[in-house]
Amino acid sequence: MRGWGDPKVTGVLPIALNSATKVLTALLTAGKEYVAVMRLHEPVDEERVREVMAEFVGTVYQRPPLRSSVKRRVRKRRIYYLDVLEVDGQDVLFRVGCEAGVYVRKICFDVGEVLGCGAHMRELRRTRAGPFVEDECATMHDLVEAVMAWREDGDERLIRNVVKPMEKALDHLPKIYIRDSAVDAVCHGAHLAAPGVLSVETGITPGGLVAVMTQKGEAVALAKALMTSEQIVEAQHGLVAKTERVLMPRGVYPRMWRTRG
Amino acid sequence: MVKRELLVKAEEGTNPAYGCEPENRPIETYIEFGVAAIDKPPGPTSHEVTAWVKRILGVRRAGHGGTLETP
Repeated sequence: MRGWGDPKVTGVLPIALNSATKVLTALLTAGKEYVAVMRLHEPVDEERVREVMAEFVGTVYQRPPLRSSVKRRVRKRRIYYLDVLEVDGQDVLFRVGCEAGVYVRKICFDVGEVLGCGAHMRELRRTRAGPFVEDECATMHDLVEAVMAWREDGDERLIRNVVKPMEKALDHLPKIYIRDSAVDAVCHGAHLAAPGVLSVETGITPGGLVAVMTQKGEAVALAKALMTSEQIVEAQHGLVAKTERVLMPRGVYPRMWRTRG
Repeated sequence: MVKRELLVKAEEGTNPAYGCEPENRPIETYIEFGVAAIDKPPGPTSHEVTAWVKRILGVRRAGHGGTLETP
């Protein structure tokens, strides 16, 4: 059912390549920012529109749309900010920062319901997906140009700008930096133990996703923290994080660990 | 985004013989472990754009970080 026609949808789309596809879990759950145009079905006082939209900041309850890839049960999602940028007659331009999985089209529909006039989304642009922001994104044309410069003239500069290291996709996660000697064990799926840790970023909570990094800034694995940042720094022994997804191939760093027995 | 501080537990260097700073990976490795930051044009679906990027770059696998569609 697309009663209002397909809205124009553009913006930030990070595309992970080959071995980097393993970082996708970290991106799918990352916060997003959108700019959208909502069309009100009747003229409404601008102040009233702003008032109603401000009420959407906080928790919203949304049922995934009919055509959707997830189970259609009501989901609780956070709206971090929602700013009306411009009102032009019955068109409302707004910016919204939200948790992953928020349907902006649904926000527009619900605003219309609350106002009593009805509304729909006309245009949507994603301005941020986790660490990726719109000014750093390349158009398809930029990509083709970059690939040509690389393949035909051996000039890597453009392609290195369009494609970012997978570590960029982990920018929003707190990090644990480990010793060279601990890297290969984690690459083999071992959980991270306290002695292997050199430094930790603040903001780690038990159960939260963390990025395990080398001192050169390479991603080793995604892991679930078992302690807070402060506890990890204090820990003398025992596991500090459970390896969930290994990102670095085995054998990049030397094997410094022994198997038991 | 949240500002994070670094808490140091122990000091130790890293051996330059192993691994490499992400930015300095040789181009093939750089792409193997890369994420293309694309500004999706209007019209094609996220899935279609992903398939194009895969073909243009000649990679085996490509996956996008969150559909940009309103079903």
